[in-house]
Amino acid sequence: MGKSSATKDAQALFQSLRSAYAATPTNLKIIDLYVMFAVFTAVIQVVYMAIVGSFPFNSFLSGVLSGVGTAVLAVCLRIQVNKENKEFKDLPPERAFADFVLCNLVLHLVIMNFLG
Amino acid sequence: MSDVDLRSCGNPADIRRSSICRTRALHAGRRIFRKVNLNPKETLNVWFDPSSPLIKLSLEEAYEALRTFEILGIGKELNVRASTCSSVVDKLGSSSSLKDLFFALRANVLFKCEINEQVFLEIGLRLKASVNDANSLLDFYYAIGSLRLIKDQTSEVDVFLADADGIFRSIKALSQSDGRWRYGPNNPVSSTYAAGIALETLAGVISLATSEIDQSLIGTLSNDIVKLFDGIEKYDDGAYYFDEKLVDAREHQGPLSATSSVVRGLTAFAAATSGSLNLPGSKIFGLAKFFLGIGIPGNAKDLYNQIDALACLESNRVSIPLILSLPATVLSLTEKDQLKVRVSTVLGSTAPPLSVKLTQAFSSDSKDASIIESQELKFDPEADAHVLDALPKIVDVGNYVFVFETVLHDQEHKKVYATGGRTKVPIYVTGVIEVDNAEIAVLDSDLGSLETQKKLDLVENNAISLSANHLQKLRLSFRLTTPLKHSFEPHQAFLKLIHETKVEHIFVLGNSGKQFEIILDFLGLVEKFSYLSGTYDIQLTVGDAVMENSFLRELGHIELDLPEPPEKATRPPPRPVDAYLRYGPKAEITHIFRDPEKLPPQELSLAFLGLILVPLLAFLVGLLRLGTNLKNFPTSTVPATFAILFHLGIAAVLSLYALFWLKVFGSIHNVESTRFLGNLLDVCRAQNPFSPCFNLGQVEIILRKRENAFATTMFGTRKHINEIWLAGLLDSVF
Repeated sequence: MGKSSATKDAQALFQSLRSAYAATPTNLKIIDLYVMFAVFTAVIQVVYMAIVGSFPFNSFLSGVLSGVGTAVLAVCLRIQVNKENKEFKDLPPERAFADFVLCNLVLHLVIMNFLG
Repeated sequence: MSDVDLRSCGNPADIRRSSICRTRALHAGRRIFRKVNLNPKETLNVWFDPSSPLIKLSLEEAYEALRTFEILGIGKELNVRASTCSSVVDKLGSSSSLKDLFFALRANVLFKCEINEQVFLEIGLRLKASVNDANSLLDFYYAIGSLRLIKDQTSEVDVFLADADGIFRSIKALSQSDGRWRYGPNNPVSSTYAAGIALETLAGVISLATSEIDQSLIGTLSNDIVKLFDGIEKYDDGAYYFDEKLVDAREHQGPLSATSSVVRGLTAFAAATSGSLNLPGSKIFGLAKFFLGIGIPGNAKDLYNQIDALACLESNRVSIPLILSLPATVLSLTEKDQLKVRVSTVLGSTAPPLSVKLTQAFSSDSKDASIIESQELKFDPEADAHVLDALPKIVDVGNYVFVFETVLHDQEHKKVYATGGRTKVPIYVTGVIEVDNAEIAVLDSDLGSLETQKKLDLVENNAISLSANHLQKLRLSFRLTTPLKHSFEPHQAFLKLIHETKVEHIFVLGNSGKQFEIILDFLGLVEKFSYLSGTYDIQLTVGDAVMENSFLRELGHIELDLPEPPEKATRPPPRPVDAYLRYGPKAEITHIFRDPEKLPPQELSLAFLGLILVPLLAFLVGLLRLGTNLKNFPTSTVPATFAILFHLGIAAVLSLYALFWLKVFGSIHNVESTRFLGNLLDVCRAQNPFSPCFNLGQVEIILRKRENAFATTMFGTRKHINEIWLAGLLDSVF
């Protein structure tokens, strides 16, 4: 009985999480989706490396770091554009996006060079 | 041999550079001077391969080559008549220079080509005209020489000179007071070579004269020749030669060409006149000695000069040199070799009846005392040699100088032949040296008493075994006796001690009266032996040029017990480096490349490629589900432009990845498998793949490319190889 109640609790938890998340603004959802995409891309590459080995290692690193770095930058973007985040209240979302784009450019410039 | 090689062997200027030609000339000539059987094949090679046509040589060179062969009696199998004759006819038919005419006519003497009488007639007229116009010596030489040659070749043409005296005088006007000649009235330089040419020309004038030449002219010319011979140079061994003192002389005017020119002129002049020249036979003999003794000249022209001059000396009217030669100058006492002496003319013809005397023989150490009485050699007609039946009893092994004297039987012959008086010949008498009383002993130092003593047999290696300490001595003694039971002292008598670490010590054996002996006092040698105890191998070397049984024997070994080295003792010398290791070939350097990493199967990689697209698809689907739109995309001109440029930039980056992945251009380590750059490299061709500024890594890359290229040569085209090659170049430049 305890098991089913635990399942129910979990279901209730997910229910509340989903309903709470549904209230999130669409632009933040897009960013979340983007973060998931980036993380999954990186994970798939890690899996590939685990299967066939790390050669060419710099290509692998650049691929994974591209994914992780993008995800981190996207999270930063999300922090800055979140209206509820009082810390960045004065920061316009356009400025935040410009920062994101610039950082991405720098990141990928490095990654392209690292690609080998 | 190719035509190019042929030319270079015939061309005097090139022959200095060509060691092959020189070696051949050496082989050829050595035989001539020994006056033994000639090897025609080898002599032939001085000029050319028998299979190559003579036409490649100029007529002058062809004549010289054929003339040399004729003298040596070889080269009959050469089939060059047709080709040379066509050249001869060509030269005679056209209005070529005097020099060309002369050499064409001279070649014709040897080849006897079919020449129209009319041609001779025309040339004769032209030559006569040029004789009258000529004023330089060479013009006279070529014109008169040509006329003489025509005279020899046909009787139809009138070649005789009406004004022979006048021509004689105008040539004679070029002579100098010392017997040498000038090349022309405007040329102040006098030359010995020119003197030879002038003599030959004047001999031609005499033979072409219609009436007798003024005897006083011939008399003064004879005096000129005597004066010329006063200026002759002499070597210590009695060889005479003429030196050309001109510094700015032409190419072939060294002593050899000058001397041969004079010999040619002299013999031609002597043949043309009836009077006798008052020249000492020793000088003629000395000239022959010069030609025989100079070895083999480095080029074909000089070889011709040498052989032709010898042929002139072989039968001349002045005096014919007779050369004394020995088939062997090394005589073995043990084998009872006979002393043989041959006397012949310079080219090996049989000499007239004569006897050879051995007047003196002395050891080369003591030059004064002759050890034998004068003795006459017996003539052996079968061997064509004069033989001394047995060496005098007193002659032991050693180096001697024998003095021979040639005496002609017929008094008349003494005017015709020059024997050169006495001839000194170094003779080496060898023999088996008897070795006996050999023994080796270890002595106690203080008492001198024998510790151990062993007999040795030095005919073969021994394997004695001794032991000694530093307070003892080693004594080795043996006796050497010659076949005549005299004690013999060889040039070399060494004892060698070799330690097991290959350190060697060499001692010279001394001659104490009747026997050879060495005493090694180990107490005094401890320092020299660097306190190295242990086994020393003993080697004995006894050798001499006249000792037929010189030997190097292993005697065995001695076990030395030496004291411990003191503190400041010198370290033993380092082991001698093996000469083979030092000078032998080094190990070959091979390039080792890293093995390429193993790549996963393509299917797996493609599967993951698909997999990696899944999150992207999920992202796009998610976007659609969230209901994103492009409503906020700028519409006004400037922001829209920037927005489009921005997205185009991202698209460009992504397409760059795509191109890279599709190998349109590749990773810098992988250029060879790209499509686009491969063709581009064909255009930017480079000559030198190894620039000095490359580092080792770059060179390695290029080498690797090259190796790949050679591996694919079997299948790929040359273009492909170039691609790969240059890819390597660019690769390293990147």
